[in-house]
Amino acid sequence: MKYILLVHLPKETLEAPKNPDAAAAGRAYGEALHAAGIFVAGVGLGPPENATTVSLRDGKRQVQDGPYAESKEFLGGFVVIDVPNLDAALEWAARNPAAAVGTVEVHPLGGSYFAAAK
Amino acid sequence: MSESATHAAIEAVARNSYGRLVAYLAARSGDVAGAEDALSEAFGAALRRWPEDGVPLKPEAWLLHAARNRLVDAARHAQVRKRTEPLLQLTTDAETVAAMNPTFPDERLKLLFVCAHPAIDIAARTPLMLQTVLGLDAARIASAFLVSPAAMEQRLVRAKTKIRDAGIPFRVPDPPEWDERAAFVLDAIYSAYTAGWGSGAGDGSTHHALVQEAIAIGRTLVQLMPGEPEASGLLALMLHCEARRPARQTHDGTFVPLDRQDPALWSRPMIAEAEKHLRAASAGKRLGRYQLEAAIQSIHAHRAVSGVIDWREIALLYEGLIRLAPTIGAQVGRAVALAESGDLPAGLAALEAMPAARIANYQPWWAARGHVLRRIGRQGEARTAFERAASLTDDPALRTYLLEQAVR
Repeated sequence: MKYILLVHLPKETLEAPKNPDAAAAGRAYGEALHAAGIFVAGVGLGPPENATTVSLRDGKRQVQDGPYAESKEFLGGFVVIDVPNLDAALEWAARNPAAAVGTVEVHPLGGSYFAAAK
Repeated sequence: MSESATHAAIEAVARNSYGRLVAYLAARSGDVAGAEDALSEAFGAALRRWPEDGVPLKPEAWLLHAARNRLVDAARHAQVRKRTEPLLQLTTDAETVAAMNPTFPDERLKLLFVCAHPAIDIAARTPLMLQTVLGLDAARIASAFLVSPAAMEQRLVRAKTKIRDAGIPFRVPDPPEWDERAAFVLDAIYSAYTAGWGSGAGDGSTHHALVQEAIAIGRTLVQLMPGEPEASGLLALMLHCEARRPARQTHDGTFVPLDRQDPALWSRPMIAEAEKHLRAASAGKRLGRYQLEAAIQSIHAHRAVSGVIDWREIALLYEGLIRLAPTIGAQVGRAVALAESGDLPAGLAALEAMPAARIANYQPWWAARGHVLRRIGRQGEARTAFERAASLTDDPALRTYLLEQAVR
């Protein structure tokens, strides 16, 4: 089964100086995902200030600076993994170094209209 | 065979094997709701066929066979390939099981771990267990948990959908995961027991039925987790409390506190069973919350023999409990035990050391304070405390008792 791990980080982590240990931990986690043969996709996202939100209301495109909601946390990245069940997905979510500072939301991937359209 | 005899046979299978049948099917399909539906159709088929064909030699195998046919049909119909494959495997399994074994593998422990999985809404865990393992219907569960049948049904459906769609596995966790996960299972069973508690619940009421169901799951759990002392501890705790049901109220419904109960009214067989499980638990040499709570109840039960209550020992056990989990209940329990063992100032100090925000609406704290203050001789403050306690309970018998204490 495929799961997406959505990494939410507290805003404070943006202001903190770059930590070489954190970068090393992130790389090691990525390598472990590959070594386990479960990595499907994944990236870290830039700071939320660089994000732009788009919606279409009454046929009118609305473009807004930043993520749609003011919140203390922001979406910092995601990983898609292919593992046998939720327990295995939770295990990998807990291993994500970001879990120690933020939260990792685990979703089973539903059917995709995009994949069906290829 | 007569229709009533067939019905009796079907009821017997449902009573004895429902949970095992659901567990067996769901463990192979990963789909609790699908397993329940297939099984209920299989029972329907049995109701039609058995009166004519006679009750089969192995009724459970017959039902499994019928149920997995439904599951395979349903999966084929939905054209969900991934789900059909394990089900086809199930077909062969079921044949083998039916041919070779007088019984089939017991997967109920896996089902219990699924029901109490941390990814399941905590409010759904106990109802889910009662429904899937014991076959209780949603309406009965709803009335015990004081929610509408529609809301309970929705909660159960949501949990079952999550089990299937989020891929919650049917597995028994290994250590070190075991301790935490087993505790979730135990807590869910205990919460069925406490939901059935309440002194207003007489024999035959929904609440009393729930208490009996909780004890039934507790007994099953002891069989399924033979090496887990906390499972035995939980069963011992429930049995000790249940043994006192006849003594908790007088015939006219007046509340009787534990230390005033007539031990002659306590159920001796239930106390003996509780003690047996508590001994078995202590042989496991791994202390836990439920064993400590059962040990406290065991000391109260010993009054039936010795005529006295060893409050010092009770205070020590509460201290152990506080060290494991500093719950507000354990802290009040320790304070009362200190006061009862003769050290009134220590008891009062322990009560007053508790943070005001935590005890403001906690009835047992106010009742305990009332008792201790009265024994110290501070009647006015005792009265206020008892009145506050009375205002915080929803149990009419207990309220009457507390108001009587206030004016004594």
